[in-house]
Amino acid sequence: MWRRAPRFFLDRASAATMRWSRPFSSDLPTEASGDTTFIDLWKKAVPNIDPPKTPSAYMAPRPPVPSTIPSKLTVNLVLPYDSILSAKEVDMVIVPATTGQMGVLPGHVATIAELKPGILSVHEGTDVSKYFLSSGFAFIHANSVADIIAVEATPVNRIDPDLVQKGLTEFQQKLNSASNDVEKAEAQIGVDVHSALSAALTG
Amino acid sequence: MAMAALRREGRRFAVPLISPLRSSLAPSEYETMEQAVSGARSISTQIVRNRMKSVRNIQKITKAMKMVAASKLRAIQTRAEKSRGLWQPFTALLGDTPSVDVKKNVIVTVSSDKGLCGGINSTSVKISRGLYKVNSGPEKESKYVILGEKAKAQLVRDSKKDIQLIITEWQKNPLNYTQVAVLADDILKNVEYDALRIVFNKFQSVVSFLPTTTTVLSPEVVEREAEAGGKLGELDSYEIEGGETKSEVLQNLTEFQFSCVMFNAVLENACSEQGARMSAMDSSSRNAGDMLDRLTLTYNRTRQASITTELIEIISGASALQG
Repeated sequence: MWRRAPRFFLDRASAATMRWSRPFSSDLPTEASGDTTFIDLWKKAVPNIDPPKTPSAYMAPRPPVPSTIPSKLTVNLVLPYDSILSAKEVDMVIVPATTGQMGVLPGHVATIAELKPGILSVHEGTDVSKYFLSSGFAFIHANSVADIIAVEATPVNRIDPDLVQKGLTEFQQKLNSASNDVEKAEAQIGVDVHSALSAALTG
Repeated sequence: MAMAALRREGRRFAVPLISPLRSSLAPSEYETMEQAVSGARSISTQIVRNRMKSVRNIQKITKAMKMVAASKLRAIQTRAEKSRGLWQPFTALLGDTPSVDVKKNVIVTVSSDKGLCGGINSTSVKISRGLYKVNSGPEKESKYVILGEKAKAQLVRDSKKDIQLIITEWQKNPLNYTQVAVLADDILKNVEYDALRIVFNKFQSVVSFLPTTTTVLSPEVVEREAEAGGKLGELDSYEIEGGETKSEVLQNLTEFQFSCVMFNAVLENACSEQGARMSAMDSSSRNAGDMLDRLTLTYNRTRQASITTELIEIISGASALQG
């Protein structure tokens, strides 16, 4: 069981495909203590039915906090319909937190950051890839693993400037003609996203 | 007298014919067959033929349903697999706490609207009832939120007073995140909860579906558990960026977690539904094929018996004329 573990951690680039193609064999790591409590509770209350599985049975455990600061940051960028980056080792990422652009280097203190619409740039050596994120969350764990969860992310070079301009004027009009709070909030969100988009295109 | 002997002989042929048919025919059909075999001979195969026609039609229908389910499964499987990365960061951060002890539990059961999909809906309902039992106790209450007709039909029978919200016919359009987010918002607005337990069938392979439950805690419970230590104990060590207060960020976080987890649960359940329907329809077509084989044998026997009796009549008539 533990022979496979290092290969599992090193091979996390294809972890997304590996994780669920392996059937539930005994070489998955042992379940955490919460699960055994749950299984015991279940067996006492409902002895005839097998207990249901829980999410921790389906994911590989995260690496523990290393004693020295690692050289690379492991980034996972996930969207509802795809995992764009999965366990990618990079040097730095800059996330668009609500408090401003936040740079994350390996060894960053553990943080939960709320994101606003903006650009995520991933720096690896000399390449920089930029994605425009609609909002989401970013978790930076103490073991230099960064999880960025967004609802939409597109590479910046695929954004159409004309549509951005049109959208911006449309939502500004809606904001001016909004009658109640809900409409105002929706129009404000539209204006924010489109201004962030146009800023992304220029800057 | 020759006719009486004939009739007796007819019945002797009839007896071995009737007994294997007893199992496959309804009593009324069996009686008419018995009468048919011993009396008018050409009409007896009609009944078996009708039955064969209907079984053949059923076989065609179930085969077609299996193909349809296979194509739907292919379409939705890639999406479900891609969405699996979505809930993992949340579990990595907030841990997996199915044994958390809270006052208000809400059990969200995901099921299908259409039937003929094997046992997955019954499994979900069994697990939901089990969770209800596990989380019952003094000062604790559990409520159900039901997605899908099949779970509603089963749970309405005995847990009607505990059902908070029922959502049906939401799978008409192909699933996307926006729709599920609206659904999640609906649930969160209408239901008071300390812990939400989502019950669904996780799609492991075309023949294997694992009942799973995911727990999403409300922000107050998250704070309480973080202070208590244990799995969420490290949560306090995380700095919060953005938002005015920690509780606001935690609220956004838990709501986002709920919508992400729901999205994955709904896709996995849809995959499991199509997979279960495929295997159910497959075994149904196979059964129909077996039945058809047995009926064909019966049909041939009946036909040959009727031919034989006709021949006997003719021959005995001819021999009576001669001698």
